[in-house]
Amino acid sequence: MKFMTETIVLALGAFIALLGAAFAQDRLFEAHMWVLFFVLLASTLFMVRRISFAPAVAAKSSSDDDGYFDEVIKYGVIATVFWGVVGFLVGVVVALQLAFPDLNIEPWLNFGRTRPLHTSAVIFAFGGNALIATSFYVVQRTSRARLFGGNLGWFVFWGYQLFIVMAATGYLLGITQGREYAEPEWYVDLWLTVVWVCYLIAFLGTIMTRKEPHIYVANWFFLSFIVTIAMLHIVNNLAVPVSFLGVKSYSAFSGVQDALTQWWYGHNAVGFFLTAGFLGMMYYFIPKQVNRPVYSYRLSIIHFWALIFMYIWAGPHHLHYTALPDWAQTLGMVFSIMLWMPSWGGMINGLMTLSGAWDKIRTDPIVRMMVMAVAFYGMATFEGPMMSIKSVNSLSHYTDWTIGHVHSGALGWNGLITFGAIYFLVPKLWKRERLYSIRMVNWHFWLATLGIVVYAAVMWVAGIQQGLMWREYDEQGFLVYSFAETVAAMFPYYVLRAVGGGLFLLGALIMAYNVTMTILGYQRDEAPIPGAAPALQPAE
Amino acid sequence: METYTAMRHFADSWGLLAMTLFFLAVVVFTLRPGARKAAERAAEIPLKED
Repeated sequence: MKFMTETIVLALGAFIALLGAAFAQDRLFEAHMWVLFFVLLASTLFMVRRISFAPAVAAKSSSDDDGYFDEVIKYGVIATVFWGVVGFLVGVVVALQLAFPDLNIEPWLNFGRTRPLHTSAVIFAFGGNALIATSFYVVQRTSRARLFGGNLGWFVFWGYQLFIVMAATGYLLGITQGREYAEPEWYVDLWLTVVWVCYLIAFLGTIMTRKEPHIYVANWFFLSFIVTIAMLHIVNNLAVPVSFLGVKSYSAFSGVQDALTQWWYGHNAVGFFLTAGFLGMMYYFIPKQVNRPVYSYRLSIIHFWALIFMYIWAGPHHLHYTALPDWAQTLGMVFSIMLWMPSWGGMINGLMTLSGAWDKIRTDPIVRMMVMAVAFYGMATFEGPMMSIKSVNSLSHYTDWTIGHVHSGALGWNGLITFGAIYFLVPKLWKRERLYSIRMVNWHFWLATLGIVVYAAVMWVAGIQQGLMWREYDEQGFLVYSFAETVAAMFPYYVLRAVGGGLFLLGALIMAYNVTMTILGYQRDEAPIPGAAPALQPAE
Repeated sequence: METYTAMRHFADSWGLLAMTLFFLAVVVFTLRPGARKAAERAAEIPLKED
């Protein structure tokens, strides 16, 4: 009987959540367990309706064991688009909250709660789903093997969605352990660990059972992302809960060790989640979309090892001029600067893959999107090391320049390469001749690019002005500006930032519409892009 | 010697040396003569199917 075990496990989970709510030590844990109970109850009821009582033999023949496991990837692509729109929307809301403090609606929609909602939604919900979906797609194609572990892929997908829901509802309830990009409390962390280990088993198992002798370089990047995130997640979240039925826990580290652990995690979340994983996408989807092999495969291998060896040391640059020992700060700075080499090596490798096919930037908006993503990768990874230099950091740290830097990387590099991958994947997965509209991709490209440029430029001006105002002394040695004055001076920039974010969100909404119509099987009647081949479609 | 100091001294001596040598060996191995053919074959993997 199909789905019998799954349904029973879900029902048991719902019951345990109910017990958790009944015996909770604090109100927040009780509320959170009620959320979990209703989510699991709804899932159980949904699964009950799907139980098939057909004999096991008949049920088996109906499932396709041949070919690739693409169904879960379809779900992953839809989840990526959905969480992307949600995450960008929350981003625009928090930007407006900074400009207009009246928009802080107490207690659930305070900036302090919506801000981690935004960061986690875009990094882990949007980015994480994109990484899971594309890694499953790429590892199967380049290994020429079906995803390992049967239904394990489904568990990874739905388990990850449960993590997202628990994390997001936790933030709004006010449950946080106050660690950057790792705000969920101990019990949600434990659940993510289980899901992540299953992800590793599914991914690594596929590589182990591959029919292609060589492991393609994109899989190296994906594997390093999965393994490193597992390590970072476990060490950063080492904590002792006060009660097994309460939200509060205390970190295993304290003082400056704790600060360093957090930024060792925080920076490598950028390095391995937002860089290594997305480079895996770059090394597969750019060659596919332009239909030519990567410019230099050997450069990609050196890119990989250099990135692995250097990124892990760069975290201390987040703690310049703090209680962290000076040698550790300098170490972080030096390794950050050395990262210029692999970053630019990778950027050149991605861009040069187009050599001989440069006309595609003009004729194929998807290629244009991917090229812009790699260009932003290059720009953000140039800016980052520069900001890690201590004297630059003394001006830029704690200002909005940092926020601008993060967004040129996240919106420009991670966002655009993911959009490119989605536009490549949707027609393939749903077996459509082409996207609903290529011209809408073009609109998305320009809205997103313009949004990022507005955002980053405004934040440069805001950040440098902020930094200069903070450090300005008069001839008698007094600070010229009070802190409140520097906040008031930011108002026009904060409004403009929301405009930039709004443009980016608008582009994402166009993508959501385009993807939906493609899935439903429509084709927009439109003039082809000038210079493009009559039937523009992803390379076969 | 306390554990922290011992580990720190190991990290910035033998640990550093081992990692640097490993990295250099990877670079040499990747750029060795004869690796070009294998690399070109590997680069074609994504284009072979679907």
